[in-house]
Amino acid sequence: MAKKEIKKNHQEMTLMQGNEAIARGALTAGLNFYAGYPITPSTEIAEILSAELPKRGGVFIQMEDEIAGISAVIGASLAGAKAMTATSGPGFSLMLEGIGFAKMAETPCVVVNVMRGGPSTGLPTSPSQSDIMQSRWGNHGDAPAIVLYPNSVKESFELTIRAINLAEKYRTCVVLLTDEVLAHMREMVELPDFKNIRIIDRIKPTIPPEWYRHYDENPKYRTPLASYGEGYRFHVTGLAHDLYGFPTNKADEIEIMMKRLRKKITHHIKDLVQIESFRMEDATTAIFAAGITSRAAKAAVKLARKSGKRVGLLRPLTIWPFPDEAVRKLLGSKKTVIVPELNQGQLSLEVKRVLGGIWNYENRKTRKIIEVRKTNGELITPVEILNAIKEVK
Amino acid sequence: MKKPEFKKEIRLSGSGGQGLITAGIILARAAVLDKAIVTQTQSYGPESRGGASRADVIISNTEFYFPEATHFDILLTLTQEAYDKYSENLKDDGILIADNTYVKTITLQYSEIYELPFTEIAAEKLKSSLPANILALAFLVRKTKIVSESSLKKAIKSFIKPRYVDLNLKALKLGFKLADEYESDL
Repeated sequence: MAKKEIKKNHQEMTLMQGNEAIARGALTAGLNFYAGYPITPSTEIAEILSAELPKRGGVFIQMEDEIAGISAVIGASLAGAKAMTATSGPGFSLMLEGIGFAKMAETPCVVVNVMRGGPSTGLPTSPSQSDIMQSRWGNHGDAPAIVLYPNSVKESFELTIRAINLAEKYRTCVVLLTDEVLAHMREMVELPDFKNIRIIDRIKPTIPPEWYRHYDENPKYRTPLASYGEGYRFHVTGLAHDLYGFPTNKADEIEIMMKRLRKKITHHIKDLVQIESFRMEDATTAIFAAGITSRAAKAAVKLARKSGKRVGLLRPLTIWPFPDEAVRKLLGSKKTVIVPELNQGQLSLEVKRVLGGIWNYENRKTRKIIEVRKTNGELITPVEILNAIKEVK
Repeated sequence: MKKPEFKKEIRLSGSGGQGLITAGIILARAAVLDKAIVTQTQSYGPESRGGASRADVIISNTEFYFPEATHFDILLTLTQEAYDKYSENLKDDGILIADNTYVKTITLQYSEIYELPFTEIAAEKLKSSLPANILALAFLVRKTKIVSESSLKKAIKSFIKPRYVDLNLKALKLGFKLADEYESDL
């Protein structure tokens, strides 16, 4: 049987569930407020936090529904808390109103969306990747999104910390996508040394309260953020607002506001976008896959390599902003790109957007994009991706 | 010298409420105690009892990526439905363990097959059909040696609620005994 040959400090390894890793990650990042409404397959996150937050002086509230959940989260964040909620597709649809408000009011918060089969109540206990576009375009109005998607229990822990850090850093609502299998699976996790984990807190104003402007201009688009109760007065609204937060109809003030919402993301693409490149150097065929499907893809790469096929994998850890540059450079240099996903072609649509433009035609080598889609509640298996690889001539 | 790659895919299948996911978690925890690389996944319906339910455990000594079992080295089936659905993906040299309280028709010919009425035995000898999952798991572990028996016992003690530990340890002992006797029957 399997013995002794793995790692020396094995005793620190624990068998952990994906949802538990998210809850532990959130606590490590300094979460002190959770409000939400339980829904399969995200419920364990709420269960664990309901037990753990009160012990640490934090607050857990089960609200009457998801709209109330996200609203309480935004309120708590305005009062200075690191706040989060977790849900699945049906609840995420309801939360979109609040998510748009949090982006408009530039209030840090994190929403975990454990994706399950849809539309509507769909398949509560089956995995899906069908909220990739919803997490970007779901809220009305034009505002960029930060969306992260792990592919292991360990990464669920790490990216939860990162989601909370990025929310605090960029004053926006960050979405962490996972899926039913990732959320419920247990695997071995060696948690990192807590001393080495970087925790980011929001920048506090250092100026006197009478000078404070809640949405002040800032060259790096990172405006200090006061909390209610600290002596700083500010107004928060979902209406277009001026630097103090009061509603405005003046085009020049609206221009400044909309520019900041956009620029705070586009100005920091390098900080936001994370990718994993696996065996891509000599590959002629590349797979582009995220989350749970990327694990089948990685297994397929291993199998294909055994039979001499040069296949690699590009995996986005940050789904939004979409890793345009990596897709253009790393995928655009491969003859064939395979995009497996548990939806009707959401990621592949983005790949086509980046690779398909006329502006890129001269430089790109990609001649074929093969889509592998599955929406029946089951995972795409390594063999199904391997079959797509075999089609490649 | 590189040690040979070792990877076993195990599926525990049956109906919701039979404790298969609990058995899967216990098996995975035992494998962790044995210092193996493990993933445990599950699939079940929206109802809390009834409906198809399964737990997959993959135990390996090298890193692997896909977390669900696709071709099983060991398949436990506690219902006919589970047998009908999953037996075709049992490897040719795989091991089938079936609870013939419910699994009445077995069509497979080439694999190692063990049939025992775990649910009936549990109800009769342990005065409860609840620990049938642990009974079957203990049988499976003694027959396949997939994890060490001491790790299995530790995993049961640490995972099962205190007031049910004694009952499940009795099931464990009985399961081991059934495995020994099964062999002597042949």
